[in-house]
Amino acid sequence: MAFKIIEGCVNCWACEPLCPSQAITAGTPHFVIDAKKCTECDGAFAEPQCASICPVEGVILDGLGVPVNPPGSLTGIPPERMAAAMAEIRAR
Amino acid sequence: MALTIVSQSGGAAGGCASSGCGSSTDRLAHLPEAIRAKVNNHPCFSEDAHHHYARMHVAVAPACNIQCHYCNRKYDCSNESRPGVVSEVLTPDQAVKKVMAVAATIPQMTVLGIAGPGDPLANPERTLETFRQLSAKAPDIKLCVSTNGLALPAVVDELCQHNIEHVTITINCVDPDVGAKIYPWIFWNNRRIKGRKAAEILIEQQQKGLEMLVARGVLVKVNSVLIPGVNDEHLKEVSRVVKAKGAFLHNVMPLIAEAEHGTFYGIMGQRGPTTDELQRLQDACAGDMAMMRHCRQCRADAVGMLGEDRGHEFTLDRIEHLEIDYAAAMARRAEVHAAIEANRAAQRRQSGEAFVSLASLTRRLPAKPESRPVLMAVASTGGGVVNQHFGHAREFLIYEATAQDVRFIGARKVDLYCTGDETCGEAETSLQKTIRTLAGCEVVLCARIGYEPWGQLEAAGILPNGEHALEPIEEAVTAVYREMQESGRLDQSAPAQQRLSA
Ligand code: SF4
Ligand code: SF4
Repeated sequence: MAFKIIEGCVNCWACEPLCPSQAITAGTPHFVIDAKKCTECDGAFAEPQCASICPVEGVILDGLGVPVNPPGSLTGIPPERMAAAMAEIRAR
Repeated sequence: MALTIVSQSGGAAGGCASSGCGSSTDRLAHLPEAIRAKVNNHPCFSEDAHHHYARMHVAVAPACNIQCHYCNRKYDCSNESRPGVVSEVLTPDQAVKKVMAVAATIPQMTVLGIAGPGDPLANPERTLETFRQLSAKAPDIKLCVSTNGLALPAVVDELCQHNIEHVTITINCVDPDVGAKIYPWIFWNNRRIKGRKAAEILIEQQQKGLEMLVARGVLVKVNSVLIPGVNDEHLKEVSRVVKAKGAFLHNVMPLIAEAEHGTFYGIMGQRGPTTDELQRLQDACAGDMAMMRHCRQCRADAVGMLGEDRGHEFTLDRIEHLEIDYAAAMARRAEVHAAIEANRAAQRRQSGEAFVSLASLTRRLPAKPESRPVLMAVASTGGGVVNQHFGHAREFLIYEATAQDVRFIGARKVDLYCTGDETCGEAETSLQKTIRTLAGCEVVLCARIGYEPWGQLEAAGILPNGEHALEPIEEAVTAVYREMQESGRLDQSAPAQQRLSA
């Protein structure tokens, strides 16, 4: 099983030096996790390092394909509130 | 008649006694000579140096280790809400090349800062490598770094080995309960920590880092973001604490929050402070220490100093192949710096005379107790003179004139956050924005101004004035104040609508 970085990654480099398995590399259009190398931090850290520092919600998926940091979990902004604000901005 | 001297050291011993400009060093007269020397040429600390020298930033540090409610990493803004910075992330090698290329071309560039776009110490190796190389290759460039402080204690000793001149720590609180409303999480000891506990650790590290730097003789500036209803009153306590620990400047910046930025505060409708609120708080925090009112939130950008059009000279592919003879450049730089110093000394003498002529004039006129202070905005690209077209000004220097003196209050930026990002609403024209930025000012001094803005400014109760183009700022402000006084405009109170704050 391996973690995965998907679209939305802002290429901030935060995860890369933390990975105990050197599974993360810079790429285009965004960083990638080498599924063969990722150990899910098992045995090295209690929590997967990449998902613990990543500042962007939704861009890191766990081994089951579930976002580790779902909407609202990092910013504290309720998703409904975010959606309403975005709709309002688009309407201008 | 005794002149009021803005500096608090008393007497004119500090040099320029004429006004706020150039006197920040005088206000620091209680500091040891070595520190004052450091400050004298620093565009971020010395109001006067700000006109003549510049700093540049390189974006080598994209990673961050905390989240602030006023930041959205998607838009690539740093933890201190540095506005409008589009960062092209450089490797340390590229950054060093770029800095040396700019320094060789623009001798006014004396300070290199690393402020992000994330936290320079979150992944410290990139920042430290840049500093290591520059200390060795370009010893005439001063280095500075801005940090949220979380990782500071761990790298203080290594930082001190380089040509580090000052460190800026963004400290928004000293109380974890306040902090919990500003920081949703931190990354600490390989875990993401949320809530009050996170704020507690952050505050502890910030304070520890501050103490360690002061103990090692490094200048420490503290930045705070003023968030109405969250830390506004609390910042007075912050100010007291950091000064007691030896921070040499405390700089209070306004929160900038718009829904378009996608930040927690922006989306949740947290408002930023009005110009009035900001000024009041800056006054309250000033106490007996110099407050840095002229901070431009890092817009004192060397490449910008000589016009926006020079950026293209320093693109990566150009500098990559550039051969720089830095020894020769350093000699040239030293010459230019000497000329600037001579020029500054001359300007100080000159504005001193202008100042005295105002004083003698007020002596002749019966002293009017109602001669109220007037705020004036100045468009200037540097050099301490009124020399910018109104329409080109991205920021205005705000001066307060009274019958006694002319005091520099601060710089206000137009278009504070985004620069043309398409996600930004176009609800307000840029002229309206500019006018809103100038709230509270009665005059705006510029080199030239178009017909349309002239009319709109007048309608807003702000008098445009292009008659003092290329004059030293303080002389111009003094002259306009005098005209206002003679024409009786100062007998009336400031137009009510101007009290409307932004
Ligand atoms: S889960 Fe751990 S091992 Fe896998 S990529 Fe992330 S940091 Fe590396
Ligand atoms: S921490 Fe997140 S946003 Fe940053 S590079 Fe890694 S995956 Fe991308």
